[in-house]
Amino acid sequence: MSPKLAVIKRELQGYFSTPIAYVFIVIFLILSGVFAFYLGGLYERGQADLSPFFNFHPWLYLFLVPAVSMRMWSEERRSGNIELLMTLPVKQSDLVLGKFLAAWVFVTIALTFTFPIWISVNYLGNPDNGLILASYIGSLLLAGSFLAIGSCISVASKNQVIAFIITAVICFIFLLAGLPMVLDFFNSWLPQVLVDSIASTSFLTHYASINKGVLDLGDIVYFAMVIAVWLYATSVVLDMKKAD
Amino acid sequence: MIECNNLSKHFSQFVAVDNLSFTANKGEVLGFLGPNGAGKSTTMKMITGFLQPTSGDVKVCGIDLFDNPIGLKAKIGYLPEGAPSYDEMRVCDFLKFIAQMRCIDSNLIDTKVDEIVDRINLSQVYYQRIETLSKGFKRRVGLAQAIIHDPEVLVLDEPTDGLDPNQKHDVRELITSMAIDKTIIISTHILEEVHAVCDRAIIIADGKIVADNTPAELENMSKYHNAVTFSADIDFSLLDEFKKMSCVRDVKYNKKFKKTTIFPSQGVYIFDEVSDFLKQHKISVTRLTMEAGRLDEVFRNITLENDVMEVAK
Repeated sequence: MSPKLAVIKRELQGYFSTPIAYVFIVIFLILSGVFAFYLGGLYERGQADLSPFFNFHPWLYLFLVPAVSMRMWSEERRSGNIELLMTLPVKQSDLVLGKFLAAWVFVTIALTFTFPIWISVNYLGNPDNGLILASYIGSLLLAGSFLAIGSCISVASKNQVIAFIITAVICFIFLLAGLPMVLDFFNSWLPQVLVDSIASTSFLTHYASINKGVLDLGDIVYFAMVIAVWLYATSVVLDMKKAD
Repeated sequence: MIECNNLSKHFSQFVAVDNLSFTANKGEVLGFLGPNGAGKSTTMKMITGFLQPTSGDVKVCGIDLFDNPIGLKAKIGYLPEGAPSYDEMRVCDFLKFIAQMRCIDSNLIDTKVDEIVDRINLSQVYYQRIETLSKGFKRRVGLAQAIIHDPEVLVLDEPTDGLDPNQKHDVRELITSMAIDKTIIISTHILEEVHAVCDRAIIIADGKIVADNTPAELENMSKYHNAVTFSADIDFSLLDEFKKMSCVRDVKYNKKFKKTTIFPSQGVYIFDEVSDFLKQHKISVTRLTMEAGRLDEVFRNITLENDVMEVAK
């Protein structure tokens, strides 16, 4: 087994050997159902699609994903385990990537448990299953981006609560970057080019376009780049902070 | 084999390790001594590749830290201070995880883990979560993970800190038993440990080496080296006669225990003189001993001396 796989396996076991995993999955399933049916009117709309379900994922992830990512590194630093981990003959990138992938797999597991809602719409009507698959992929990419941000913040702070709050705030900013309320704020003092580029960094815009069923390569590349950049940042911050 | 040349580590303005050079050979147990905050742990963290030295270089078994950090790490078994491990894992899972990270062949992992568990006596806690273990067992788990790949070099940061005397004894036995074909560095501030396990001791204060000797040589530096102590009811005038002897530097009397200590002038052997003197004066002695020297006194002298020098600068 390669060291990266060993890290992934250990991290996943770590999630499931504490209540975190179960609390996360149960809350995620309950809330995603509540949001889809009560706020999104999934049933009342009379349409066989899952857009009310997927539309609320960014907001669910906003406070659930930081709860997964917050202990990723801060716990290692607090317990001193980081010293053990980083004196093993393993590349730093394997550690960063392994931990990230484990968290991503974990969120994927939680997301997989939402399959009854997919079965329900198929039972009630004839939804566009290609669109649903695209939306699942979009949802996973969004969760991955949040996790990558969370990984970087978790390395920067030994305190899990601080890691949680800062991750949530940064994710919130990235989500909202495309909304008028944010752009209006920048419009007054930034040149149009920069305002446009801020707008194009919005997670929400890219997520929405995937949700429409347009699995555009640009959107996927965008999320992949966000993940890559934040994981690289994780590695850089790790070098700076590991000794503190 | 470990070679450190002009090793320094600065944390912004603070100099934690200042131009340290030493070599530790195969078959040698090297003790790092020093007050808290002297730079022992920082030095170990640089040797094991956790911290990047500000300047200087580290070589382990001929592998340079800068050229091949992963190759270097593979040669070392490391027990960090406080023996950290994953609390929520079971002992068996933790050891298997370390074995996987150390790239031990997956067919061999189970045998390796069993071997180590036998050797370190962990079989009774094999399926227990690490968080439920006593301090002694946790430390043993830490040691087990450090030697699971049978490394050529062992770096142990305060391996016996916080253990009870029996556990300390066990850990020391283990270290001594491994010393034959390995290079071992241990850090400690327990001086009896130096006697028990080390072939050589380096005393570090304020990031600098202030002494590099065998434990016996260090003891020779003590005021108590060859000092003679006896317990007896003694007339104070006799004490003054002791002081007049040419080979005696000083005499100390402990009222409470009725103990007299005679200090010789620099390293002279005075046991015979003292016992003859006592016989002559027909003093009945309940105990008469000669000391090899006191490491704690040497330690204090050396490390405090350095403090005074620092202030003087």
